[in-house]
Amino acid sequence: MDNKLIVTAAPHITSGDSTQKIMGRVCLALCPALVASVIVFGINALILTAVTVAACVFFEWAYCKLMGREIPVADLSAVVTGMLLAFNMPATLPWWMAIVGAFIAIVIIKQLFGGLGYNFANPAIVGRIALAVGFASRMANYPKPVNGIDALASATPLAVEKGVLGAGEYVTLLLGNHGGVLGETCALAILIGGCYLIATKVISPMIPVSYLATVAVLSLIGGYDPIVQLLSGGLMLGAFFMATDYVTSPTTDKGKLIAGIFMGVVTCAIRFFGTMSEGVSFAILLMNLVTPYIDALTRQDKLGIAKKKKEAAK
Amino acid sequence: MPLPSRIVLSMGQHIGAPAAPQVAKGDQVLVGTVVGKAGGFVSSDIHSGVSGTVDSIITITAPNGAPQTAVVIIPDGKQTVDPAIAPPTVTDLKSFQDAVRASGLVGLGGAGFPTAVKLSPKNLDEIDTLLINGAECEPYITSDNRCFLEDTQYILDGIQAVMKYLEIPRCIIGIEGNKPEAIAKMKSVATAGIEVKELPCRYPQGAEKVLIENCTGREVPFPGLPSDVGVIVMNVTSVAFVGKYLATGMPLTTKRLTVDGDIIKEPKNVEVVIGTPVQELMDFCGGFTEEPGKVLYGGPMMGNCIADLSQPILKNNNAVLAFSKKMAQLPKPTNCIHCGRCTNACPLGLSAKEIVQAYNDGNVELLIELNADLCMSCGTCSFVCPAKRPLAPSIALAKIMMKNGGKK
Repeated sequence: MDNKLIVTAAPHITSGDSTQKIMGRVCLALCPALVASVIVFGINALILTAVTVAACVFFEWAYCKLMGREIPVADLSAVVTGMLLAFNMPATLPWWMAIVGAFIAIVIIKQLFGGLGYNFANPAIVGRIALAVGFASRMANYPKPVNGIDALASATPLAVEKGVLGAGEYVTLLLGNHGGVLGETCALAILIGGCYLIATKVISPMIPVSYLATVAVLSLIGGYDPIVQLLSGGLMLGAFFMATDYVTSPTTDKGKLIAGIFMGVVTCAIRFFGTMSEGVSFAILLMNLVTPYIDALTRQDKLGIAKKKKEAAK
Repeated sequence: MPLPSRIVLSMGQHIGAPAAPQVAKGDQVLVGTVVGKAGGFVSSDIHSGVSGTVDSIITITAPNGAPQTAVVIIPDGKQTVDPAIAPPTVTDLKSFQDAVRASGLVGLGGAGFPTAVKLSPKNLDEIDTLLINGAECEPYITSDNRCFLEDTQYILDGIQAVMKYLEIPRCIIGIEGNKPEAIAKMKSVATAGIEVKELPCRYPQGAEKVLIENCTGREVPFPGLPSDVGVIVMNVTSVAFVGKYLATGMPLTTKRLTVDGDIIKEPKNVEVVIGTPVQELMDFCGGFTEEPGKVLYGGPMMGNCIADLSQPILKNNNAVLAFSKKMAQLPKPTNCIHCGRCTNACPLGLSAKEIVQAYNDGNVELLIELNADLCMSCGTCSFVCPAKRPLAPSIALAKIMMKNGGKK
């Protein structure tokens, strides 16, 4: 009998969950929207997504290889970033632009700051914003659905809505059979994925619910159709998949509530008063930036400590 | 289980000062003979569980890694009971506390806090609730459940004695809902003033502060003790022992514990003589199916690893678990993804990841603001972490850093 027993600090067991499994579930949750985008925009949507994902994974691998870091590709976080970034592009976007977006997201925003967990902003959001600013016309070159009459550029409902869109087109908005970027058009598919994430406890419903509710209420106050506001643009995708990114959103429920309301207000302000028709990505980016402060101000009550403070106040 | 070939009685089986050996090599001892005398107020006597000869006084390594004196006794197999053993005469609070002190009882739930000290609170008038901890929330362990079923009457006697002599009007027995037999049994015997409360199965239900909040709605202030909110918490096994001691006068010399783990051939609950080497206990349970990777005193969440199988069973052990090499190897930690599970899961409301960050930064001010010293090392944060980060051990280090004023 040799005495070589392992001695470590407690606890000696861990849950079966892992970063990889969580990211895997997010990928799975994005699949309905991917399927919808292929149906709406054709096979190009799938190819563009594949190119973006491949580019993200490649940049992550190459950067870490170059820097002599451990290769984190297996955690699937780059795949999630790639899918989300692709979902923010119109199907007609040239591949090289998608690759530029992937580079900005993975190398500049994520890896230069230290990799997963150290990025101050959501990589996919910044990738999208960089592309939208840098290649404004191509990023706004929204193709019509492939089953439409012609595939010329058409405006996204949010842009149209300031003039034409009637209330009878809710179903079109829900199914996503209209112009726009890949992953944003089919609200129904995003909802299915979002519900899956909530059901599997990957995300808390707090951020999406408070975000969407704020937009709905402000739309009513501002005299806009709340259903159109909720179902169009990047709101659904942003609320369920991008604003809920662990790294860049608040930790506690209180913090998440504040973040959701904050993003709702910023989104509506941009949509109603700004020159841009869409404000979701900027709202999320701004929320990312204030997250450390929200976190510091919304810590949960500690057992036995809160009471002491209350008593001291008496 | 049959008598072991030898027993090793550690002089440090409790929180507080170690006991002082009262015997020398070659001395004869009987069952119940005092082997170690309490070394202070917060300390406890150590008794022999066998009759036999003192073989030697040695130094062993305690679970916390520090050296500890221990008395080795070779049993003669006769199990002659010390003639001094007789049921104690208890008439009032003082004689009750003295009896508990003489019994060598320490908190059997795991902490090992001398029970006589616990039963001598400074604010006795304000204590209105005796809380019996039968949550048994750590995975694998079932010895408290057996205690409920086998020692029902002793539990009741113990509770009634504590309530009578400390003049506590109310008792709540908290049991996790996964022990329906224990709940039914206790409900069937509960007398006036005793309430059985079914608790949700949620680790760490049995943590003192969590249990108090769930059973009474009171929040123990920090820093403070349960007595500050009028509660005394006793483990069910401890209170059962009080009942048994009052009836028999036999001090604490045996312990029921769970032997389990993925490589134990015959997992079971065993009543063993305190001091039995772990190796002999393992042999009694059929041995290992494969070479052990890790052997623990206590549960998988808060238990301590033992360095070798010659280590003895201690008073406050409620389980010995053995895991294969495969299970013993914890997964490699990866980057924190700030999912917040550690924070949201903390039973005390601490922000685990922030505490670890502050520790890594050497930021003592932030550690104080985050109340890192409130942590009770339940291990929930480490367990839930998807990145497999060892948060609980880091927070333990952070607490040391706070004490040292910033030095790692």
